[in-house]
Amino acid sequence: MTTTRRKLITAGAAGIILGASGLLVPARAQGLAPTPTMRGGANNYRSGAPIVDRIGGGGFWTTGTVRRAGDGAPLARRRIQIWAHTTEGHERDARSHGATLTDADGVFRIEMPQIVPAFGQPHGHLAYDAEYDDGGFETVFLRPVLASASDTSLTVDFVLRPA
Amino acid sequence: MMRAPAGLIWAALVALVAVPLIVAAQSPLLQWREPIYVAAGFAGVIGLVLLPVQALLIAGLVPGVRGRRSHVWIGVALLLAAVVHVAGLWITSPPDVVDVLLLRSPTPFAIWGVAAMWALFAAVLLAAVRRRMGHRAWRAIHVVTTTVIVVGTVVHAVLIEGTMGTMLKGLVGLLALVGLSYAIWRRRNSRTIIRIRIRS
Repeated sequence: MTTTRRKLITAGAAGIILGASGLLVPARAQGLAPTPTMRGGANNYRSGAPIVDRIGGGGFWTTGTVRRAGDGAPLARRRIQIWAHTTEGHERDARSHGATLTDADGVFRIEMPQIVPAFGQPHGHLAYDAEYDDGGFETVFLRPVLASASDTSLTVDFVLRPA
Repeated sequence: MMRAPAGLIWAALVALVAVPLIVAAQSPLLQWREPIYVAAGFAGVIGLVLLPVQALLIAGLVPGVRGRRSHVWIGVALLLAAVVHVAGLWITSPPDVVDVLLLRSPTPFAIWGVAAMWALFAAVLLAAVRRRMGHRAWRAIHVVTTTVIVVGTVVHAVLIEGTMGTMLKGLVGLLALVGLSYAIWRRRNSRTIIRIRIRS
């Protein structure tokens, strides 16, 4: 009896997985897939960090693009927040946080202190927070890892899903 | 087995503990870390270097000390190191440690550290009640928990970009693995002697 039930559950789960992947295929066929939130992406997030020309003393560049899922249209004036463990502070420190807006081509570019390895990896955090935007896209939190701790720049692209 | 001179073994033991600590203390990463994070990192370094020490002690290779008793004390020190490591990291960045403990951390090394931590807790708890266990059961369980502790810690440490540097971590890790294997083999061969000792 248990075996039968287990088989049923397995078959059901397999069906759900197949169904879900079946749903993904036409979505991909329609164009650019949205960027999913990464695990741990929102850790130490401080909502509403100010828009700044530069975080701290600078020296490290985080750049990227913000586009709309599907047609890939660039999204202008979207607020992207960035924070990391840098030479000037821990992730949790307010001074390690800042935000910037995308330009007309959907490109953002912000200077910040050098990211240094913390919690085992040199990594940054980026957020597109729907709460601070009226554009009707879903919130995305990212946690990119630098290829090398000596990198002095990081490129991160957002593809936002309309809410 | 040919015995190395006591002085040589002690010098190697001191170097085994001191060199990683000195190297970690030179790390440029420290200047960008608050004291509690620095302490958590050093607790991790200490935890790693104590692993080969534990193996040497229980294999009876450290001259002039009662290996078994020291093994117990170093085991307690290892537990303290793990607790300070996790607590210090928790204070530094609570959400990252919560993710690790809930097994949803994005970092590939986290799961190895968690496995080692739980195995260490289990080893200490079981050591406290070992007299109530049969000797064979105790030995079998201790070999399993110890293997998880050593393998978990070594993989965890080597995958991390931290203060000790990959080469040195690899070397200490290799010593820990060789030490573990040797200690298990050595104790297995001395089973009869141990039984007699326990009964007497």
